[in-house]
This record gives sequence, C-alpha cells and structure tokens, in this order.
Amino acid sequence: MSAARKKKTNTDDYLRMYRQMVRIRAFEDRANQLYLSAKMPGLTHMYSGQEAVAVGICEALTETDKITSTHRGHGHCVAKGANFKEMFCELLGKEEGYCRGKGGSMHIADQSNGNLGANAIVGGSMGIATGAALSAKRLGTGDVTVCFFGDGATAQGLWYEVMNMAALWGLPVIYACENNGYSEYTKTEEIAAGSLTARAEAFGIEAHVVDGQDVLAVNDLTQKLVARARKGEGPFFIQLDTYRYHGHHVGDINREYYRAKDEEALWKAERDPIVNFGKWLTDQGITTSDDLDKLKSEVEADAEAAVAYAEAARYPDTREVDMHVYAPNAA
Amino acid sequence: MREITLSKAVNEAIAEEMRRDETVFLLGEDVAEAGTPFKVLSGLVEEFGTERIIDTPISEPGFTGIAVGAALTGSRPIVDLMFGDFLFLIMDQLCNQAAKAYYMSGGKLNVPMVLRTNLGATRRSAAQHSQSLHALVAHIPGLKVALPSSAYEAKGLMKTAIRDNNPVVIFEDKLMYQDKAPVPEEEYLIPFGVANVKREGKDITLIGTSSMVQVAEAAAEALAKEGIEAEVIDPRTIVPLDEETLLKSVKKTSRAIVIDEGHQSYGVTGEIASRLNEKAFYHLDAPVVRMGAMDVPVPFSPALEDLTVPTVDAVTAMARRLVAGEMIHAA
Repeated sequence: MSAARKKKTNTDDYLRMYRQMVRIRAFEDRANQLYLSAKMPGLTHMYSGQEAVAVGICEALTETDKITSTHRGHGHCVAKGANFKEMFCELLGKEEGYCRGKGGSMHIADQSNGNLGANAIVGGSMGIATGAALSAKRLGTGDVTVCFFGDGATAQGLWYEVMNMAALWGLPVIYACENNGYSEYTKTEEIAAGSLTARAEAFGIEAHVVDGQDVLAVNDLTQKLVARARKGEGPFFIQLDTYRYHGHHVGDINREYYRAKDEEALWKAERDPIVNFGKWLTDQGITTSDDLDKLKSEVEADAEAAVAYAEAARYPDTREVDMHVYAPNAA
Repeated sequence: MREITLSKAVNEAIAEEMRRDETVFLLGEDVAEAGTPFKVLSGLVEEFGTERIIDTPISEPGFTGIAVGAALTGSRPIVDLMFGDFLFLIMDQLCNQAAKAYYMSGGKLNVPMVLRTNLGATRRSAAQHSQSLHALVAHIPGLKVALPSSAYEAKGLMKTAIRDNNPVVIFEDKLMYQDKAPVPEEEYLIPFGVANVKREGKDITLIGTSSMVQVAEAAAEALAKEGIEAEVIDPRTIVPLDEETLLKSVKKTSRAIVIDEGHQSYGVTGEIASRLNEKAFYHLDAPVVRMGAMDVPVPFSPALEDLTVPTVDAVTAMARRLVAGEMIHAA
C-alpha cells in the first residue's frame, strides 16, 4: 500500500482520505438503522464524528503495520482497509463476516490488513499492541503498531504498565488516545485528574495533542511519528481531541443528563471532519462539490448493496458453534 | 538412565525449544540473571541473551498482555508468572484476550503462548503464595492446562506446550523443583490429552494430578501391603482430558478417588468425578470420591497448613473404606 501510495499525487491521497471518512459515516448510519429497525442482534457503538482520527492515522500506515481497536471500532476497521460486505455480515452474525459471525460489532476486524482485533474490554488491547511492537522489533519486520483507545481507557492500570515497558525497551508503538470528551456516560474531566499527555511524559514518552477533527493534521503528525517509530525512536503518545456524535452506544438516546443537545449541535455544525475537509478540498480547487457529491452517492450505493447482501446472507451452520475454540496443531 | 531435577528438566525443555525456534522468547520478573527465585531458568540468559530472556517490571497484566500481542504477530512467547497466585492479577489478559482470540476472530488469529507458573502448598508461604489455581483456568474454553508430576513430564509437556498453537498454562509444583526423576538424554515430547497409567491394579483407581500423583503412588504401595491393588493414573493434562483412559480404568476397578491440590469445591476433583459418574455409573460399586485441598485460605502455621492438603494416610484410609464397601457418606 505505502509503496504505491508514494507514487500518487497529494490529490489522490486527499480524495482517498475523504472517501474513507465518508465510508465510515455511511457504514455507521446504516449500522444505526439496522439497530433501530431491530435487524441487528445486540448493540453497537458508533464512530460517527471521529472519522478523521481513524483515517488520518491509518492512511499513514502500511498494510502490514498493526492496529488494535476498541469497542467503538468500525471506523478503525474501515480505515485499515476492510470491505463493507464482510463488515455488515459480521454485524449481523453471518457466516461471511470477518469473524464468521463469532465476534460481532465489538470484535470486528479485517485481520488480513494488520487489524489485531477490536476489543470489548476498555483498554484491553494496550498490552496486545505493545506486544505486537515487541514482536516487530525482535523479528525485525519494521512494522509499527498503533494502539487506539478512548479517554476512558486512560483510567486503566494496564496502560501505565505497558507504557513503562514500551519506553524502557524503545518499542515501535504509538498510543493514540481518541479523546471524545466522554467516558461512557461521564464527562472525561470527572474521571481524569491532571493532563493526559503528562501521563505519557512521566515515562519519558514524547506526547502530542492534535485536533482530531482535522484529518490532514492527524495524518501529517502520524506520518512523522510512524517514520520515527520505524527508525527505533518510539514509543509515542497522541491525544486526538474529537467528538462522538451518538451516545455511548446506539441505545443511549436520552442523554441530556450528561450531555447537552446544544453541545452536540455545535460540534456537528462547526466541527464536522467530513464537511470541513470537503470545504477545504473545494476551496483549494482540488475538487468540486459536484464531484464530492458523486463520490458520496457511490459510497452510499455501495453501503446499501452491502447491507442488502448481508441481510440475505447465511448464518453460520450450527456445527460451527464449537469450531475455533482451539487452533489445530501440525500433525 | 540419568536422573535430573524437575527444575533442570524445565530449563532443558525451554533451552532446546529456543535453540530450535528463533521466535520463542521468555519474559517475566527476575528471569534473566536471577534465573527466577527458584533458579529454574539459571543459565538461559547466558546462552540466549537479554533479547530473548527478558526481565520485566513487576507488572503481571502488562507483560502477559505483551505476550498475547507478540503471539498474535509471529512470536512464541513464554510468560513466567512467578507464583500461581498471581493468576488473579492477569485474568483479563489470559481469559478475555488470549483464550478467546482464535474463536472471536473466527479462526483467523491465534495465540501460541505458554504461561508457566506454579502451584502447591506446605511451603509455609501463607495464603497468597500457596494456592493451586489450575481449576480456574481449566474452566475457560480456549486455554489448555498441563500439570507435570515429575521431571520427565515437566520436560516433555513443556516442549509440547511451546509448540502448541494455543495458549497453554503449565503448572509446576514448587515443592518438586529439586525432586529427581529419570529423564532421557535424547529428545522426546509428551502429547497433550494422553494420561499415564503409573501403576496397574484391579480394586480401585486413584487419579492424581501434579504432586498428588506421588501421594497416590505411595497410597497404592501401602494398600498393596494389605492386598488391595490400586491403579494409579496421572492425566498429565486436564485440558484436554484423556477421559477414555480414566473411564476404562474405572470400569475395570469400579471404584475411584480423584486427588488434586486445588480447593475441593467447584474444582478439578469435582469435574473428573462428575464425568466418571455420568459415563461409568453402571460400572461403579461406590460413589467416586473427591479429595482436594480444604476450602480454606492456605494458613501459615505448619500445624494448620499440613491439615489442608490430601495426604498419603488420608488417601489410603479412604481407599480402604471404599474397597471394604463402607458407606462413605451415609444418609
């Protein structure tokens, strides 16, 4: 991916980033509809509003670079190169899902693109990401790992343990904290004392704060840090300030007791990462609003077709229930 | 045949597998120069260096999580957990992450990792350094659990564990590290799920795990002097469990005692007894009896601690009563 990418112009990069953000939004809009129309089993956690984070970061990675994702992981999955069809199939528990319907929304991952899995334990993947970086360093693969987690996960002790080891051992890992302002149903300022960057800096880890609604700012910073991590200068920490449009999960609808509607309206009106990037693209003369509308229509049509496909797809055979408990060993 | 200690057997197994496979590495607290508090790993860092025998901070969840991530990305880590009691610290990483990755990913990701730790009371170490917690992990689908009963098993099972494509937890009895047993010079592996019939007999089956195999053998010796022929079986792994060998024996003898150092309630003895009751009921002349550790935190005082674990005398007396047709638990 990266080799091919370098030959392209900036315009191609910009439009691909725009498209990926639109794809995430389109995926989430349909996932929400599937929930509201009772077609989706269980619950799901929407990524809408945070698209610039996943896309800005994943566009700075190669196909074999690793990520670990979270319960709010659809955006990371799309951004790291997944297809709608297998993703919707997974969301609906169908056989053709990336995890054969065994993971669902909270464990969705296209493993072939270096996605080591979404994790339903808050902060649960921080060790995994750090271990992937240790493996890459030991085996000399040159891969960098990005550990996505939310502001809520900074309250987990595991993070402090693994940051300590990552710093001691100089591991190629980037801890990417998506600070959307809310730890489930609680304002972050009520659960996090002091500053988030100071937490990383205490271990001697270089820390950055970036506007998580600005895909180019996220991408520029990540490109620089990934290149340095590859040279052995890691680990790094990035705090990406962003916003979650929906509630903690799709069922969290009446949420004024912890978040004002005015606040949500303001972020959507002024800080939307897709709208603002689209405006920048047209202002710069890189593309026209007609072309962006056309792109959106294409993505919408893709998403519609993938939903229809997934709805009609087969469930796994009941014989699969006790398959994949243990991996086979060579005879 | 030469005789070596259990400690030496574990050391040899790890060294042989590390020579054989570059992707194997070991991490844990004081594993390098210190060679662990039990000196089991002495000499390994001299041969393999600190890149492969990695001293960690005292951060059990952190380094276990790191091992899971390394295992997902091409390495075969061995985690050294200094005391079995520390399992409670790492339950999320072991049971939510390592155990479930293969299943949740629909068979796309697997975790070839070994967690070596210990069990066993009567070392006067009190309640937080004396527990035998193997039932806890045996309860979780996705983990394999090995319980070596001598230096011979310790080596053969460890080598198999390192080559297994799944997370394996291997419990060594910390009181047996200096016990010697015949161990061949030439390479051998002990397959999982194959019980070892240590002694044949027709009157009663004594199923023992780990150091309780010695207890069962000594009881069988005492019983033999009274004309009672006890069969002694060591399952060697409790996940997978060689039910077939156990059932075959019990159908022959019609009586059984299951002896294990974990707490008796909700434990390994109960699981094995239950399977025998379900599948060999019509062959039994007496209820299958469980003999586990007392359901108390392990006390410090020698006067109390020795009361908590199954002893040769207790097993011998119970076997005598069963063979005599006595009612063990009269209504």
